[in-house]
Amino acid sequence: MSATSAPHDARPGRSTDPALRGPVDRPGSRLLHRMVWLRLSLLLSAPLAWMVLVYVVALAALLITSLWSVDSLSSEIDRSWTLDNFRTLLENEVYRDVTVRTLAVAAAVTVIDVAIALPIAFYMAKVATPRVRRMLVVAVLTPLWASYLVKVFSWRVVLSEGGLAEWSGLGSPGYGLTAVVITQAYIWLPYVILPIFAALERVPDSLLEAAGDLGAPTGMVLRSIVMPLLIPGIVAGAIFSFSLTMGDYITVNIVGGASQMLGNLVFINAGAANNLPLAAAIAMIPIVVMLVLLTAIRRTGALENM
Amino acid sequence: MKNTLRRGRVTAACLTLLSVSVLSACGSGDDDKKTEAVEKLGKTEGKVSILAWPGYVEDGSNDPNVDWVTPFEKETGCEVTSKVYGTSDEALNLAKSGEYDVIAASGDLSLRLIASDEAQEINTDLVPNYENVYDFLKNTEWNTVDGKNYGVPHGYGANLLMFNKLNFDTPPTSWGAVFDTAQLERNKGKVTAYDSPIYIADAALYLMKHQPELGIENPYALDQEQLDAAVALLKEQRKYVGEYWSDYLKEIQAFETGNSVVGTTWQVIKNNIKNKDVEVVLPEEGATAWNDTWMMSSQAKHPNCAYKWMDYILSPEANAQATEYFGEAPNSPQACEKTTDPKHCETFHAGDEEYAKQLWFWRTPIKDCLDGRTDVECTDYAQWTEAWTEIKG
Repeated sequence: MSATSAPHDARPGRSTDPALRGPVDRPGSRLLHRMVWLRLSLLLSAPLAWMVLVYVVALAALLITSLWSVDSLSSEIDRSWTLDNFRTLLENEVYRDVTVRTLAVAAAVTVIDVAIALPIAFYMAKVATPRVRRMLVVAVLTPLWASYLVKVFSWRVVLSEGGLAEWSGLGSPGYGLTAVVITQAYIWLPYVILPIFAALERVPDSLLEAAGDLGAPTGMVLRSIVMPLLIPGIVAGAIFSFSLTMGDYITVNIVGGASQMLGNLVFINAGAANNLPLAAAIAMIPIVVMLVLLTAIRRTGALENM
Repeated sequence: MKNTLRRGRVTAACLTLLSVSVLSACGSGDDDKKTEAVEKLGKTEGKVSILAWPGYVEDGSNDPNVDWVTPFEKETGCEVTSKVYGTSDEALNLAKSGEYDVIAASGDLSLRLIASDEAQEINTDLVPNYENVYDFLKNTEWNTVDGKNYGVPHGYGANLLMFNKLNFDTPPTSWGAVFDTAQLERNKGKVTAYDSPIYIADAALYLMKHQPELGIENPYALDQEQLDAAVALLKEQRKYVGEYWSDYLKEIQAFETGNSVVGTTWQVIKNNIKNKDVEVVLPEEGATAWNDTWMMSSQAKHPNCAYKWMDYILSPEANAQATEYFGEAPNSPQACEKTTDPKHCETFHAGDEEYAKQLWFWRTPIKDCLDGRTDVECTDYAQWTEAWTEIKG
């Protein structure tokens, strides 16, 4: 782009050519031109302030709140430091059960999504004609335009007694954890397909052809060429579906029957029981899990060529 | 390296300081709370914001024939915005935001609002229609504290047992339909229950009638042993529960499709269910119930319109419409004369003090036993909340 337009701009004698105009008195821009650090800090201060306020301060506030407690009748927050909330989390087995359940649901959703996304992404990136590929990308993106709630409620109707699932002869698992896994797998699928598709698109066809020419069987091509190039995409997609499922509470509320996940515990403690400190402590669980997970993934080196 | 490390530490310290100061700044907004009653009313502000149970503030958008908000707006010039809530706990949180001028609170919310300085004392002289209200609803323990009146009564009613008659040989007449294992067995996975710690009182009420040896006198005054018994009963029930509801639309849908066939409900939910096989009954054990109070927020921005609303909703016409729609007893004999169903007040035993004594109006459980026992400490709402999390598992 720039290569073609450069000679055009460089045409001499143009009236708008800045070089031909007299010196303009713009002290602001001159100052910025001279002071590199000033220019940089002005440029970065807005996004940095946003980052600090929205992410870091919010997280710190969460941590601090989790160290407070709450007065039961007036539900005023008592701002003296205590580790009681974390003690409750450790000693009460409900929280352990719910954490394990939440992780299991998140893992199931992730596995299902990756298993579905891999062939779809492969077809989109390597097999389909450009026309079909465009249509498929649109098709994958379309569900993201519909409201989350509408999609979950549709699943509630589909899985209900006498609903589409039963009517079509497939049978419905009823409301419960299976319904949650199905619904979440549906909702987060685009977030898994897209990074894998992007990663696959970057695998050069020439590599595959060369491997074929050199007599590598399909399994070997997949294992030693495609997979290593694909891992960052899969990891990115898996992180999306895993973390999004782990934080969700609406789906389980609507199609989850009587079961609860970590998000529900946060919700009832913040929204119903008015125990904000305990809610904050529970909210630390998924954060800690994600930190541990990301560190583990970093160790394997999968994040390096993301 | 060392330098950057130190700088990182300084940054972290600054951030912590910053977040602490932000938090404490947020926490110090109590100054504009006004808990004393006003002496006289001023000019209306042109709007009023109301927080209420579903079905209390109907402006025709849910059902064009059900509208008592528009006449109020025309009469007073106060434009109404309203928000509905599903549980008292949710309402407490919403009320604390200070966004609402008037709050319809049940007995398990009103005392908590007063204790946290969220409620403003009411000058009942400024609410002319207050005079008509049944005397036994006035100055009760859930709307009056230390002789100060914090709200005007709206109406009262019971949490009923709703069932699909196709799933029962004979219509159930006891809460045993949702607590007795033998009866639960045939509806496994299709039982529903109210998703709030206050539902523990329903189990306590059942135990009160069926296991007198536990010595429960009041379902809201449970010592540790009694709470454990109620929790054990609810954990047993949990195995048969298909889903818990707090969103009334969810329960309507579940009963229409048949995903739920038996469980606790409100009359207004039954009224909205199109499935003709679904019926409600007030079981023989009596029931937990609500007795609602219109309260004013201590952070009210439109106090004059708020008083206008309280007076309006206490007027016989408006109260008759609202309570009949929700399915509860109105608050005055005059309102009973205005109901479209002449038998409405008979059905809901309005004004029948003896009947009202069978109902256990929602209260907030506290450490001092509400039934007057002094030899033992009762469990408070925080313990109920914890128990509820445990029951759901």
